Amino acid sequence: MAIHFTLNGKPTTLDVNPDMPLLWALRDTLNMTGTKFGCGMALCGACTVHINGEATRSCITPVSSLAGKKVTTIEGLSADNSHPVQKAWMEIDVPQCGYCQSGQIMSAAAFLAKTPNPTDAQIDDAMSGNICRCGTYNQIRKAIRVAAKLQAGGSKSASSDTGGETESAMERADVLAGGAE
Amino acid sequence: MSAVTTSIDRRNFLKTSLAGATGLIVGFYLPGRREVLAAGTEPAVLNAFIHVSPEDKVTILISKSEMGQGVVTSLSMLAAEELECDWKRIHWEFAPADKAYFDPAFGMQGTGGSQSVHSGWVPMRQAGATAREMLIAAAAQKWGVDASECRGENGAVVHTATKRRATYGSVAEAAGKLTPPTDVKLKDPSQFKIVGKPTKRLDTPDKVCGKATFGIDARRPGMLHASVEHCPVFGGSVVSFDGTKAKAIPGVKDVVPIMTGQPPVVTGVAVVADNTWTAFQARKALDIKWDEGPNANASNASIFREFEERSQKEGVVARKEGDAASALSSASQKVEAVYRAPYQAHATMEPMNCVADVQADRVDIWAPTQFQTPSQQIAAGIAGVTPDKSFVHTTYLGGGFGRRGWSDFVIEACQLSKSMKAPVQVTWKREDDMQHDYYRPASYIKMAAGLDASGKPTAFTARVACDSIMNWFFPGSIKNGMDSSSVEGVQDIAYDIPNILVDYQLTPGPIPMGFWRSVGASQNGFFSESFVDELAAAAKKDPYEFRRDLLSKKPRHLGVLNMAAEKAGWGKPLPRGVYRGIAVLEAFDTFVAEVAEISINKDNSVRVHRIVCALDCGQVVNPSIIEQQAMGAMVFGLTQTLKGEITIDKGRVVQANFDTNEPLRMNECPKMEVYIVPSKEVPRGMGEPAVPPVAPAVCNAIFAATGKRIRKLPVRSEDLA
Repeated sequence: MAIHFTLNGKPTTLDVNPDMPLLWALRDTLNMTGTKFGCGMALCGACTVHINGEATRSCITPVSSLAGKKVTTIEGLSADNSHPVQKAWMEIDVPQCGYCQSGQIMSAAAFLAKTPNPTDAQIDDAMSGNICRCGTYNQIRKAIRVAAKLQAGGSKSASSDTGGETESAMERADVLAGGAE
Repeated sequence: MSAVTTSIDRRNFLKTSLAGATGLIVGFYLPGRREVLAAGTEPAVLNAFIHVSPEDKVTILISKSEMGQGVVTSLSMLAAEELECDWKRIHWEFAPADKAYFDPAFGMQGTGGSQSVHSGWVPMRQAGATAREMLIAAAAQKWGVDASECRGENGAVVHTATKRRATYGSVAEAAGKLTPPTDVKLKDPSQFKIVGKPTKRLDTPDKVCGKATFGIDARRPGMLHASVEHCPVFGGSVVSFDGTKAKAIPGVKDVVPIMTGQPPVVTGVAVVADNTWTAFQARKALDIKWDEGPNANASNASIFREFEERSQKEGVVARKEGDAASALSSASQKVEAVYRAPYQAHATMEPMNCVADVQADRVDIWAPTQFQTPSQQIAAGIAGVTPDKSFVHTTYLGGGFGRRGWSDFVIEACQLSKSMKAPVQVTWKREDDMQHDYYRPASYIKMAAGLDASGKPTAFTARVACDSIMNWFFPGSIKNGMDSSSVEGVQDIAYDIPNILVDYQLTPGPIPMGFWRSVGASQNGFFSESFVDELAAAAKKDPYEFRRDLLSKKPRHLGVLNMAAEKAGWGKPLPRGVYRGIAVLEAFDTFVAEVAEISINKDNSVRVHRIVCALDCGQVVNPSIIEQQAMGAMVFGLTQTLKGEITIDKGRVVQANFDTNEPLRMNECPKMEVYIVPSKEVPRGMGEPAVPPVAPAVCNAIFAATGKRIRKLPVRSEDLA
């Protein structure tokens, strides 16, 4: 039975086993591989997409549940990496291996849409469903704070607040080399 | 430091061309270290390539696998520094599998051992400098001026006197016809414009929009999807199987046996389908009769019992200085302890996978592999073609940590493609990945030390019992019972102790062993640096000062130890309930000290608030990536300290997914600070060395908080009750 829904703004029809999780319909049927398989049990968050704006684990979401809904994947977040979360991720240089980052970004984008001025504790709570084995958590925390500012329209202040973060280690090295400490 | 002049033997210099490429292509044979090459292989160690197209596209070929460690960016920086090209317009590609890209440290093409920046440090800069000189020579010839009057600048050759300018692309083709210079001068580090500066990663833009292609994202026309049911017991095999029910499921194309081992036996059964999910689902309908083999009763208890028995007997000596036995017997105080570490899974976020396309006269694989050469050879063997007809397309790796040095996923994909006469992608479920890993060895160690009346150590002994990684990777390669990876992190204990004896009881077991981020130091660092903390306590000395006094002859250890202590505010008051621990280790020639601040929750779980890391990895190539890698390694180290563990029951792995073997999550992640000790030494890697100090720093802080000594990982709340 064909399922009709909206995918990244476009009307889409899927004619697959209705039990098939959205993750595999995206990856294998629609060849949209930006959404990642990590665990198959909604434990790691690598497969996170937005369904009607809610961050949702696509690995346990059957295609049958999508009729009439709006699905956004990482490919649909922006056409040109211009979403505030993507911009912040590039500014802080968050990804290492990058495999979990589609899911991290989708979780962060849904979270910031509802919580534009998050506290550190809210960030940790919202993002703890997304595992990063490379350990980019500190960078994600920073990037979410930057994204919140970008989202609020303060791109310049965001940049000046955090642009130096990646330089910190070297600045320290320079200072020490110069015997200033 | 003066400018380095490099001499390149003309015979060792290779000008080559990629299929269909025009313009200038430069690469190097790297002299030396040929003894590591396997017999029969040519001594061609071509390490770097630069391609300048007539259209002004500068492409750096990356011979290493990008698994998050930033090697695409770091190696490109080294080449670009000398090439004098426009960094903002740099392109890069993963290199094909070829002898030209062998790493001299391994005698093959592969990524590991925190080796990439170190082994690329000279050759990548030489490649850049040589390419620049050839481009300058071509432009000078065109202008009829002397090459010494010209310079490379921002992607162009400039004639200084007349300010004439020729883009690299415009002279690339002519440059490609010139004889390469036999020696080039490399810049003094004081002249560096790119190297040493915080530089954004080249791979980030593709990793924030889903465009980066990992192995699991490879797609080929007509590709089928497969998933393999492996024998749940290590060393078991398939007696018989019936795929009738699975084949009746819509979308299933076939059910195919997988053969592994020497001699090959059927150890798994694959379902091939038109999508991954159907292949996963149809595995449940397979009817397989297993022969569980000789290991069906293996368990953690039986394995550790064997370690304990073996440790009663003398092992093969890894290090012997002085007479530790007599020094121990005459010591005024003796400290003894037994420590244990469990198996660990790599648990890369991207489960194992591979795409293979076996054809009559060639094979192509799209693989997230750390070791291209074995992958190439294995694919060729299965396809029945020579290795030069075996093409490895290295993808991004969704984490590696050593797991992807193995090629088991390549074997499966190639066998399935050959059988199906079509491109096949094999994808492992998370459960397959966790239960069929090559694990960090579980290990058991007995340590003893003697202290004199003043509390100074006079003797240290350690006996390690565990299985050997090298024996699993190269079966039969361990002839004398010594695998240095089993003892690294304790054998190289740096403290000034006059009598030392470290020996090793290689204890073969049924669980597959593999390289795991920081390898032997990941467990031995916990053992040795926790035990040294025990010695400080026995001597009634401050753990930092105790270490400092015993490292007076080890300036680089001392440098990071002092910086970590200073930056952490060692000795200064902490909030109520918060305690510090410290550890310092060298791994892969990089020196790291860490100070952890922890508290104990009401439920006896451990909260890590902050880790301060000081490191000395030689000269800095990209401080941003060093910081990233150190922080990532600390998170990896915290997982093994507080959470991660693989246990064995009935010959199989108990844990299956992230619910039972859960990596650290963001809400558990402490604040981390990274400080780089300036150094003029040759650069060393940062992918691994910040892992080992985490466990001892945290456990030493637990001792400070509770008086309880953690001698077995991971830390469990019941240990602190």
